[in-house]
Amino acid sequence: MTDATIMLRRNVKHTLRNPGAVIMTIAMPVLLLLLFVGVFAGALNVGGGDYIDYLVPGILLMTVGYGSTATALAVNRDMTEGIINRFRTMAISRASVLTGHVVGSTVRTLVGCVLVVGVALLMGFRPTGDAVRWLGVVGLLALLTLALTWLGVAVGLLAKTAEGANPFILVVQVLPFLSSAFASPETMSTPVRWFAAHEPFTPITDTLRGLLLGTDVDDSLVAVAWCVGLALAGYLWARVLFRRDPS
Amino acid sequence: MTSAIAVTGLRKSFGDKVVLDGIDLDVREGTTFALLGPNGAGKTTAVRILSTLIGGDGGQATVAGHDLVREPDAVRAAIGVTGQFSAVDNLLTGEENLVLMADLHRVGRAEGRRRVAELLGRFDLTEAAGKPASTYSGGMRRRLDLAMTLVGDPRVIFLDEPTTGLDPRSRRTMWDIIRDLVRGGVTIFLTTQYLEEADELADRIAVLDNGKLVAEGTADELKRSIPGGHVRLRFADTARLDAAARAFADASRDDEALTLQVPGNGGVLALRALLDRLEQAGIEVDDLSVHTPDLDDVFFALTAKGVAR
Repeated sequence: MTDATIMLRRNVKHTLRNPGAVIMTIAMPVLLLLLFVGVFAGALNVGGGDYIDYLVPGILLMTVGYGSTATALAVNRDMTEGIINRFRTMAISRASVLTGHVVGSTVRTLVGCVLVVGVALLMGFRPTGDAVRWLGVVGLLALLTLALTWLGVAVGLLAKTAEGANPFILVVQVLPFLSSAFASPETMSTPVRWFAAHEPFTPITDTLRGLLLGTDVDDSLVAVAWCVGLALAGYLWARVLFRRDPS
Repeated sequence: MTSAIAVTGLRKSFGDKVVLDGIDLDVREGTTFALLGPNGAGKTTAVRILSTLIGGDGGQATVAGHDLVREPDAVRAAIGVTGQFSAVDNLLTGEENLVLMADLHRVGRAEGRRRVAELLGRFDLTEAAGKPASTYSGGMRRRLDLAMTLVGDPRVIFLDEPTTGLDPRSRRTMWDIIRDLVRGGVTIFLTTQYLEEADELADRIAVLDNGKLVAEGTADELKRSIPGGHVRLRFADTARLDAAARAFADASRDDEALTLQVPGNGGVLALRALLDRLEQAGIEVDDLSVHTPDLDDVFFALTAKGVAR
């Protein structure tokens, strides 16, 4: 067993011990799903098709976002509770504790995504993609989770207290609203439309939507590039932060 | 005997603030060394550097025979650290915390189980083993913390203020545990602000003040090094007390108790000279006791400048 596996097991135990945090990361997207389908569906014009079919990719994005904020808080708790200093003074792989967080979180988030899709199917979501496209969905979601999770880890390392992670939580929760996740950018004001066209969540949502609904996936390369870029940035940032002397 | 910890010229600054200003230490294997000092003296920083948690700015150090900078992993494999703030996983139970350590030390499943059970029993945690560490009292957390440190059988253990914030009973328990460890051949590097603790546990004590070592030695050496000691002589009657008071002009007398306090360090030579003078003067003494200053006196005398600054 490697150090990272042991840390992953610790992470899984945390998750099972503290189911509230997991439920929250799934409950919030489901709540948004209900809210948008029940309240805004009639008012939002997304150009044909059921609104729920349009909405689910955005909700999946939110699920990944919430998952990464849970990671940021978990990493921050580790860093501020003293246990990390014990790990740092043991002859173990230094990065193992972070690897445990990232792998654990990615699995947790993907499980959350499956549950959210299940709820959506019950509510009338009718995806039309084939098996290959579903694989694409899983792959892109995994990549996105990896990206946001590494960023979450970095934020958790950077923040001196749990409150310090708030800006990150705000960003990952607001950015999807300023993308094609909930409404078509064409209906937005010019500056917002410009922003939506250039932020990472629009191509990612569009690609997910294309894969789920069997429509075009022209933005897939851009989406993958954003995910890889963000994952790399988050990983390198986290590495630099973790190598600093603890204060 | 070889050195478990050898430090020369250790320096560390945070920004403009010099926290350690050239520290030299030598801790022999199998002994207890106490680093004593007021809050903010640099004790914790010294432990953090020696336990590879942070880097020093200058100087050299070896721990368990390994260079701190060149072989940090070899140092880590030989040490255990129990810090001022508990390093336990609050979401895990006491037992799971210990199993986590056993796993990380690769002690093997059967041996791990045996060691965990043994430590739970030894630290009086068997009953609470299945409860999350977050529900533990301060004393229990500290015991769990130290138990986790011991899972890997460290040869050198750093204890940063191990009894700060504990009630007297928990403190006694902790002291007993520490004495047991030393009997088992472990080297203990202890920081404390309690003089009594250093006096109880340490073979050698160094006093740290404002980043500098201001004294080093055994508890007795330190006590003798500062003024405040005296020899108390008790006499059978006032006539003998009068005679003795004439012989020792610098002494202070207590007529009611029939005693005379003669300033002195209580060393063998001084004591012999004192007895010689009494004999020459033909004064018979009922009782004699030597009073050395306690570590409190030492502490205040040595760190007073720091307080005044």
